[in-house]
Amino acid sequence: MCFQQKMIHSLFLINCSGDIFLEKHWKSVVSQSVCDYFFEAQEKAIDVENVPPVISTPHHYLISIYRDKIFFVSVIQTEVPPLFVIEFLHRVADTFQDYFGECSETAIKDNVVIVYELLEEMLDNGFPLATESNILKELIKPPTILRSVVNSITGSSNVGDTLPTGQLSNIPWRRAGVKYTNNEAYFDVIEEIDAIIDKSGSTVFAEIQGVIDSCIKLSGMPDLSLSFMNPRLLDDVSFHPCIRFKRWESERVLSFIPPDGNFRLISYRVSSQNLVAIPVYVKHLISFKENSSSGRFDVTIGPKQNMGKTVEGVVMTVHMPKAVLNMNLTATQGSYTFDPVTKVLAWDVGKITPQKLPNLKGIVNLQSGAPKPEENPSLNIQFKIQQLAISGLKVNRLDMYGEKYKPFKGVKYITKAGKFQVRT
Amino acid sequence: MTDSKYFTTTKKGEIFELKAELNSDKKEKKKEAVKKVIASMTVGKDVSALFPDVVNCMQTDNLELKKLVYLYLMNYAKSQPDMAIMAVNTFVKDCEDPNPLIRALAVRTMGCIRVDKITEYLCEPLRKCLKDEDPYVRKTAAVCVAKLHDINAQLVEDQGFLDTLKDLISDSNPMVVANAVAALSEIAESHPSSNLLDLNPQSINKLLTALNECTEWGQIFILDCLANYMPKDDREAQSICERVTPRLSHANSAVVLSAVKVLMKFMEMLSKDLDYYGTLLKKLAPPLVTLLSAEPELQYVALRNINLIVQKRPEILKHEMKVFFVKYNDPIYVKLEKLDIMIRLASQANIAQVLAELKEYATEVDVDFVRKAVRAIGRCAIKVEQSAERCVSTLLDLIQTKVNYVVQEAIVVIKDIFRKYPNKYESVIATLCENLDSLDEPEARAAMIWIVGEYAERIDNADELLESFLEGFHDESTQVQLQLLTAIVKLFLKKPTETQELVQQVLSLATQDSDNPDLRDRGYIYWRLLSTDPVAAKEVVLAEKPLISEETDLIEPTLLDELICYIGTLASVYHKPPSAFVEGSRGVVHKSLPPRTGSSESAESPDAAPSAGQAAEQPAVIPAQGDLLGDLLNLDLGPPVSGPPLAASSVQMGAVDLLGGGLDSLMGDESEGLRSDVGGSPAMGGSGFTAPGPAAPAAMGAPLGSGLGDLFDLTGGVGTLSGSYVAPKTVWLPAMKAKGLEISGTFSRQVGSICMDLVLTNKALQVMSDFAIQFNRNSFGLAPAAPLQVHAPLAPNQSVEISLPLNTVGSVMKMDPLNNLQVAVKNNIDVFYFSTLYPLHILFVEDGKMERQMFLATWKDIPNENEAQFQIKDCSLNADAVSSKLQGSNIFTIAKRNVEGQDMLYQSLKLTNGIWVLAELRIQPSNPSFTLSLKCRAPEVSQYVYQAYDAILKN
Repeated sequence: MCFQQKMIHSLFLINCSGDIFLEKHWKSVVSQSVCDYFFEAQEKAIDVENVPPVISTPHHYLISIYRDKIFFVSVIQTEVPPLFVIEFLHRVADTFQDYFGECSETAIKDNVVIVYELLEEMLDNGFPLATESNILKELIKPPTILRSVVNSITGSSNVGDTLPTGQLSNIPWRRAGVKYTNNEAYFDVIEEIDAIIDKSGSTVFAEIQGVIDSCIKLSGMPDLSLSFMNPRLLDDVSFHPCIRFKRWESERVLSFIPPDGNFRLISYRVSSQNLVAIPVYVKHLISFKENSSSGRFDVTIGPKQNMGKTVEGVVMTVHMPKAVLNMNLTATQGSYTFDPVTKVLAWDVGKITPQKLPNLKGIVNLQSGAPKPEENPSLNIQFKIQQLAISGLKVNRLDMYGEKYKPFKGVKYITKAGKFQVRT
Repeated sequence: MTDSKYFTTTKKGEIFELKAELNSDKKEKKKEAVKKVIASMTVGKDVSALFPDVVNCMQTDNLELKKLVYLYLMNYAKSQPDMAIMAVNTFVKDCEDPNPLIRALAVRTMGCIRVDKITEYLCEPLRKCLKDEDPYVRKTAAVCVAKLHDINAQLVEDQGFLDTLKDLISDSNPMVVANAVAALSEIAESHPSSNLLDLNPQSINKLLTALNECTEWGQIFILDCLANYMPKDDREAQSICERVTPRLSHANSAVVLSAVKVLMKFMEMLSKDLDYYGTLLKKLAPPLVTLLSAEPELQYVALRNINLIVQKRPEILKHEMKVFFVKYNDPIYVKLEKLDIMIRLASQANIAQVLAELKEYATEVDVDFVRKAVRAIGRCAIKVEQSAERCVSTLLDLIQTKVNYVVQEAIVVIKDIFRKYPNKYESVIATLCENLDSLDEPEARAAMIWIVGEYAERIDNADELLESFLEGFHDESTQVQLQLLTAIVKLFLKKPTETQELVQQVLSLATQDSDNPDLRDRGYIYWRLLSTDPVAAKEVVLAEKPLISEETDLIEPTLLDELICYIGTLASVYHKPPSAFVEGSRGVVHKSLPPRTGSSESAESPDAAPSAGQAAEQPAVIPAQGDLLGDLLNLDLGPPVSGPPLAASSVQMGAVDLLGGGLDSLMGDESEGLRSDVGGSPAMGGSGFTAPGPAAPAAMGAPLGSGLGDLFDLTGGVGTLSGSYVAPKTVWLPAMKAKGLEISGTFSRQVGSICMDLVLTNKALQVMSDFAIQFNRNSFGLAPAAPLQVHAPLAPNQSVEISLPLNTVGSVMKMDPLNNLQVAVKNNIDVFYFSTLYPLHILFVEDGKMERQMFLATWKDIPNENEAQFQIKDCSLNADAVSSKLQGSNIFTIAKRNVEGQDMLYQSLKLTNGIWVLAELRIQPSNPSFTLSLKCRAPEVSQYVYQAYDAILKN
């Protein structure tokens, strides 16, 4: 009988053309051929996004994620929590992103030794060891152009030779001895609106996915508390481990010793319909005539309640039906492209000015002889509104304890479209 | 300068070149060479030939180089065990290094080298590292114990590492605690019987404290470990829940789901009247919904788990319907799961919204998704009566689109709607008939034919329609053929004058021209029935059909309860217990939800009550195993069942008697309309589950397959230690299958008498009385020695324990498996059937000790081909303990010899029917696997004797 193997046995990185470009085995070597089951599923799924995340094979399970055009395929052998594996794989991808600036095949191949060292450091016998970027960076220094030049001259290495201090403290996310000349703390309140709008323009579903991303460069061991004008908005929140949960429960204040650098402080969800304002409306007329191999397309986008802020960065993408051959459209603003292979129409609108609403109008040509498409395409809208958190969330104040200096503080708000779809 | 340069070595003599560089004097060059080797390794190139050269680079004070070499070693040590030994000295030395980083690295790498020889060198360094002053080293060493246990479990036990590991649970550093817990859980998994994680209120308290302080991954291990704990009362359960709830706000979804598992499990113990119960319910919804805004892969796993949670406690998410609405760019695997949950949450309050959504989905591009959406509309109609009309009209709209697969799917679900609401929507039949020609899928054709047959009297040209199908009879799939046969017989019974020719034709097609036994059998039965007694035929074929249940593809409650204990695991993704699919899961312990201990127990049982109520409303439940029924019907079960709601079932019984047997396919007929439902549309009540009814309890009754049965029931067996080993009770007949009667039980043998220990539980809403029991003929003639005595009627939610004495003088028929026992239990409501497997050792008689001489002679006498060999794994008893343990169950040791350090036990036993079994048991002191050789004149019993051995020794 096979020995018990907890967690991830092996990891394969596979690019979109199906090449395995990196493999790492934490125990015995598993043959690449196990990936054939993955390729089979990939073929069946047609679209890369549709490959199921858990695949069973006669002797193993393959749990995969798809990130930045790379499949991270892990091989496991016994019962493990799949979320555990998926979370870990995302953490691996995050770490690559953090170390190399991008999580791409080239970046990984260029830094293969560091990648190997990282993977070894992150997982031991299936137990995640160090996944906090702060700790990893003390163990294995990220590559920089300067360092590799210095290393090659002095012969020193990119491996830290002392034990990271944070690893065992009660605040594993922060390293000791942080020093900055300029002490700064920035918070970005980013809200994304997920919505489904039906044909008639009424909202089927809408919610806000918000996050507060922080960039904290403070010396020493600062202890921060962040309070809100309207903390009651936040009733469904996920916290970074640094946040003291008790304090939040009793006082609705975020109290924490922050990690050093960039991190996500909280993420939250506002689902109560009346709090979710929809900042744009779309007027649309898409129709195909019976037996005429052509159709009409007419879409106008306008601003709704935008609280005096400009809606910008507006982009509309539409997956047109397969029968569409090409489109002859005129845009009053911005430019559009239609890809006859993928049938994707993309209209880059830019900023919306209420005086002159952007409109895209014209003729859709169908393949001759093709039947009239049954389904009308959904419109996918992207937009951005600066200096506004659409839920109304507002930071009240930030206080710092434990250190003497006066930090520079800043809060920025931005609202974006998440999965924002208009059915036609 | 990037690492890609390491890939660009010249093809020619690559290995040779690397070899030279590895042996270079320059440190820098060496390091570069090792990096090249690692680079080749990352793309799966075999660089194992360089093993000795790389190992030579190990002795260095350069940490980076050391790490790289260690990386290499871990990959290849297994294929080069002899070479790996060369590295041992350096490892041992590094374990003493002043730098804790190096100490930890060394002990960690050593553990990864899965070579037997290395383990003996590992023990001393590991022992030191487990007590190292630096917590980083201790935490690494804790994991190393688990690794070593993988390689050599015995060694770990002998060296006392397990105790050290247990001590680490009280370590001052939370990271060490978390890793110790993780290591112990992993070891415990492969050793289910060892009481490694001995959880008590004190250790639980320590774990809960560590939970707040350790890393996210550690939290997952601790939560998973907590989930295995059994609080002693509801107050303890509540206090644990209170301390676990903050984890629901963690950013790591795996932490959240593990916390949900603990809460779902312990919630079972809380009384619903408690304020806290309501608070907890409210707290569970937001984190589950939040999981749905994560990456699609996480969403998928979350949705599979939510599917279970919604079935167990629909109230948690009943207001969150909208988050399950499908977005067009969701991956297909997310879409399908969301749709499933939408149906489960559909209720009168939200049905309008749901229907509008489903209609939207039915016009999407993806075919699989569209089909499922159409089917979902049908399921809504069946689930929410008020919406049925709207659903039907939506389906008709969809049929008008003429999109082929939409039409077919719609017809399949409309058939189910007809079943659920007879005489209500038949006006749409005309529309359906228009689409007859476009149906090309068997399921849709079968559904349409069923409709035509069922409503033949209202369709003027029913005979023409069916005749048109008959033309291509041989090209149809079996499903369609069977349906067509039944439909035409129905038509004939309804309009006998015009259709005589048609029925002749189909009967001869089915019986003479077909190779399919099912079809032939059914044809013959109809033929005989029609020719001997048309009145009876009418009663059978046109009998009132049982209603189909509202909820579909519900997971069976016992399985659901088990799966709730596995939230977050692969089992929860596949909706199967781990024992069903995990390789090498021989030792998997079945988990079960804790019993409710709240004060209002009698009024509770919230999970069983609705389903039992539902079952009780159904006029008839069709047992799934027709042949079992056939055999059992000839037994006298006392007065026939009666009462108005049971009319349909007694009609059936009558019909069965009339036929005298072979009603197999007739039963098939009744369920035919239902069997075609596979794939997600409503199935019928009683036997609607995909697994054949009695098979499930039988599997659970198997003493081996279930391992320990129920962890928490262990105490139950203690009282009977004096007699043979008694397996814990398992559920034989779930309440769902028996109109609210749940039967669990086990077998025991004490001083020469065999007993069947039963617990009957009434989970229905009505009082049960008039119990009786009968066994079918079986391999060893087991039969009740006394009637089933239940003195008072059994009130709802009441249980009664009965010990039924058995004898072995009943009639004998060889069963497969040999120890299969089919049982019929009757009460005032109905007759129920189930089958179970009994452990063979209840048949081992007290005078089974053979004379020594006799033994030797018999052993020689029995031909060698009758000898069977088995392995009894993971048993740590010594020969004497084994001997006395087996003697308790009437397996007698006749002689003991010691041959070359191995103990050989020679044993005998006798079965109630006089069959002797001789055994030779070989025990090696260092090996936890015993070898059992059995010789018997009836070799077919050997396997079951082995199972008995295994069960006795492991308990």
